[in-house]
Amino acid sequence: MIKKLLIANRGEIALRILRACKDLGIKTVAVHSEVDRDLMHVRLADETVCIGPADSRESYLLPSSIISAAEITNADAIHPGFGFLSENADFAEQVTKSDFIFVGPRAETIRLMGDKILAKKAMADVGITGIPGSKGKVTDDIKESKKIAKQVGYPILIKAAHGGGGRGMRNVDKEEDLEEAISMTKNEALLAFGNDTVFMEKFLQKPRHIEFQVLCDNFGNAICLGERDCSMQRKHQKVIEEAPAPGLTAEIRKQMTELVVSACKEINYIGAGTFEFLYQDGEFYFIEMNTRIQVEHPVTEMITGIDIVRQQLLIASGEKVGYKQDEIEIRGHAIECRINAENSETFIPCPGTINQFHAPGGPGVRMDTHIYNGYKVPPNYDSMIGKLISYGNNRDAAIRRMSNALNEIVIDGIDTNIDLQKKLILDTEFQKGGFSINYLENKFKRENESE
Amino acid sequence: MDIRKVKKLMEMLEESSLSELEIIEGEESIRLSKATNVLSQNEVNQFPVAHNPINPQINSDVKETIVAPLEVTGHEIKSPMVGTFYEAPSPEAKSFVSIGDSVKAGDTLCIIEAMKMLNQIESDKSGIVKAILVKNAQPVEFNQVMFVVE
Repeated sequence: MIKKLLIANRGEIALRILRACKDLGIKTVAVHSEVDRDLMHVRLADETVCIGPADSRESYLLPSSIISAAEITNADAIHPGFGFLSENADFAEQVTKSDFIFVGPRAETIRLMGDKILAKKAMADVGITGIPGSKGKVTDDIKESKKIAKQVGYPILIKAAHGGGGRGMRNVDKEEDLEEAISMTKNEALLAFGNDTVFMEKFLQKPRHIEFQVLCDNFGNAICLGERDCSMQRKHQKVIEEAPAPGLTAEIRKQMTELVVSACKEINYIGAGTFEFLYQDGEFYFIEMNTRIQVEHPVTEMITGIDIVRQQLLIASGEKVGYKQDEIEIRGHAIECRINAENSETFIPCPGTINQFHAPGGPGVRMDTHIYNGYKVPPNYDSMIGKLISYGNNRDAAIRRMSNALNEIVIDGIDTNIDLQKKLILDTEFQKGGFSINYLENKFKRENESE
Repeated sequence: MDIRKVKKLMEMLEESSLSELEIIEGEESIRLSKATNVLSQNEVNQFPVAHNPINPQINSDVKETIVAPLEVTGHEIKSPMVGTFYEAPSPEAKSFVSIGDSVKAGDTLCIIEAMKMLNQIESDKSGIVKAILVKNAQPVEFNQVMFVVE
């Protein structure tokens, strides 16, 4: 069993990891930047190490400072959380080479899944098909690219092979725009990801984003904890997530479960992971695999009763996955609203001091956040300050609980997107369920036009 | 080590203006330090765990004298990285500097070891070494004050 774990992250997920450690009696080391000394998990950790200035590039994104911190505190393991270095294969490799346990899959798996072209090929080999598109990367032969794009059929999407998380994509409606779009996407990819490899896929018009959560151990066991529907998105960032996906039958869930579980076994996946799909006209199209814990993991925890972060720690300690597939039962419905420090209408980020915080609670209401009265939200990191999760026996009950919780929660002193979330929960299409990933942006467009 | 003694020490440190306190008794020693950048006065926080993070480190083989409180004036030289502080180029060698030494900007003051690499840390100011606030083989964090030069 891991004895001491270094949490290589900040904010809400760092606190989540700390709580899981405390549950297991694992000692905690909180690394933090200079402006993060007052993070809740830093205050609660057994040991703390300041690893750098506010700029993530010199702190949370610097492998040497994190590994050094593990060395001087004699930690056994490092949990990367999500974002930052969690999907950096080189970091995972350095961690294990430095004799620490990396809580996550092997570096080669991270590397494979980090290259979207290779990942797609690997998945196709195990029967998980992706979106129709170029077989490999886009070459310098524009004639060839035009031919492929014509075959696939416009509109098409140009994607960065080392992108992901909704970044590094550009769509093209007609052939005349193709050459320039490829060039621009390549330039952006080089700047953002250090690699300008791009590929093409058919642009799906009205897909839903449905992803499947897996847990795998080092003994060849793999289970699937069901799916999440994350179609409520703005600029490819998730706003609301829910589990299970409305309308998905038990039959389809069973088929997909078997598919992703066998894929995990084929690639020797270890730890927690998520297979992301676009779902349109009854077909699932693989887009990418996230080789880490995800922001929206709580909704899966609520409907299965399984503590995913705890399982990550156990698996990393060399234990077997705690459940067999036939023990996994999906019960009820859960919804998560991301709470961001941003203006509900302009989406401008709003750092500042929270001078009044009241968390909602009660049956079926879970608040995952690191904020507290007097906490200063720094301007240097992303704006997510918490997640509000509701659970009910069915979707309507979960919606009602979320609506009540959103009316109860108080966060004063900064702008938040709570007003937006309140509106979305009452939105008719949301309440119906099954909307596509374009829904929210189209809704904003309509509202702007009518003003 | 008697936990009541530790608690008393913690209370004493809380109430004083000292940032660090180290006591050595025979084979045992305890070092307490207050985090430096805590909530300012007008950001009162009613959270029940309302103490400044204190990191007790109990070592049983420390031989040096008591660490000086941070009331010496001068230019603070801080660690630019996380790692282990070494006062000399090798275990048998003499320390790079001692209190009272004159140093020039660019002189090596210490080594910080991180990930098996030894990094020489140079002074960015010329002057006299007024205080050395870390001990040999002590872990240091980013921006931790190591020397005061005036």
